[in-house]
Parts: sequence; structure tokens; C-alpha cells
Amino acid sequence: MPAMNCDELMTRIQALEFTAVDLNLYLDTHPCDARAVADYNQVAAALAQTVAAYERVCGPLANFGQSQSCGRWAWVEQPWPWETQG
Amino acid sequence: MWVYEKKLEYPVKVSGPNPKLAKTVITQYGGPDGELGASLRYLTQRYSMPTSQVKGVLTDIGTEELAHMEIVAAIVYNLLKGAPLEQIKAAGMEGYYADHDRALFFVNGDGVPWVAAYIQSKGDPIADLHEDMAAEEKARSTYEHLINLSDDPGVTDVLRFLREREVVHFQRFGETLNIVQEHLSSRKFW
Repeated sequence: MPAMNCDELMTRIQALEFTAVDLNLYLDTHPCDARAVADYNQVAAALAQTVAAYERVCGPLANFGQSQSCGRWAWVEQPWPWETQG
Repeated sequence: MWVYEKKLEYPVKVSGPNPKLAKTVITQYGGPDGELGASLRYLTQRYSMPTSQVKGVLTDIGTEELAHMEIVAAIVYNLLKGAPLEQIKAAGMEGYYADHDRALFFVNGDGVPWVAAYIQSKGDPIADLHEDMAAEEKARSTYEHLINLSDDPGVTDVLRFLREREVVHFQRFGETLNIVQEHLSSRKFW
């Protein structure tokens, strides 16, 4: 993956996670569609990789043990989603 | 439990303060067909659903609606942020301002507060899923009205995304209704 800045990584996370949300809802009513399950797994892996790249540079994305902080408690330092207009 | 992700499901960009548009969009925050009602309706109906699959649909769509509530909040917050009082008065939002300043509150476009009577939970999966399908169509229709009223291209773009999600949710609830009907009829002996 080429080096991306925080905004670019966030845009990619939003695109990947939206794909996962939509596939998730489809699979809820089509659980036997093996191709869709494979697509979901592929997107989930790419999402995890992108989230890890984002969190290394831009700060934690999730609370309650889903993300780690290095040194200071970074969770409360970055702006909130409604403040960034992105 | 739920985990919070510090991101919006879809990016929100507004052109600038616009209380007149905020006054209409806020109905999807706390109005009769808005996202608060949608999320709470599905998340409370799920407990008494007959199968694990239906509980999953309601959990996942209810959770996505929470993300939509946050998107609508981000639109309204940014449309009111820094809006001068003259604009707020010209938009007919001075009553809202008196009670809430530029904060978020669950009201419709005319300031009527959200009530639990907007939603229902019957313990009857056929009745509940029909309500859910109707709710998605009413929300789709509301987003179309808001798109007609919007004079901010950035807001219109987000409203189009939210409208499309109502169409997808309607489709999934329709499939879920078929699944439940099949499940209920397969348990009968003649």
C-alpha cells in the first residue's frame, strides 16, 4: 500500500467499512452465498490492515479496548467526527 | 455491548452556516420518521424476534441507524455552528435557540419533541417487520423532501447517501419478512 496521509487513510477506511456494512446486511438474509462470504472476508482483512495503518500515525479509532494508545491517552486528544467535516 | 468508532459512516461537508436548512434536516434527528426512532425501533424489537437470523438483521440495521443519527447530527451541528442570530431569527429558529442555543436536540422541523409513540414493538414479528418496511419508506420519502429543500450541494450529497440506505434496508426487511413467514408456516401441522 502506498504511503497515505490521515485524511486519505480515513477515506479508505470509510469506503472499506461501508462495503463491509452493506455485505453484512446482504449476508444476514443470504447466509449461504459463499461468494459474498468470501468478499466479506476479503474486505474485513483489508479494513483491519488499513485501520492498523491509520492508528499507527493518526491515533486510536475505537474505544473500550479495541485500539491501543502509545504513551499519552490519545483517545480524547483528536477531534471528534462532527468537528472535522470529513 | 457497543463500541464507538471515531469516524462518520459517510463524510459530511457543509458550505457554511445555514439555519434555514438545519431547521428542516433536524427532523431526521428527532422527527417521526427520523434516525433516533429508526435505531430505537429496531434495537428494541429484536429481543422478541423468533429466530437468530431476524435478531441479527434488526441488530445490524439498528446499529447502522445509530451511525445515521450521528451523520444527521453532524450536518445540523455544522449548519448551526457560527450562525449569526439574525440568520437564526430569519429561519424561524429563535424558539429553538431560546431552549437549546446551537446544541442538538430531538425535535422535528417545527420543534415538536421526539416521543416513543412514534415507534411500536408488538411482540408479533409479522406486525413489527411490516412497520419496519413502512418506516424505511417514510424515511426515504422524507429524505426526498429534504433533497428538494436543500440549497447546499454538500448536504444534498449526504442526504442522497442516507436515502439510498433506506432503500437497501427496505429490501432487507422485505427478505426478512419472507424468511419469518416461511419459518412460522413450517412449524404448523395440518
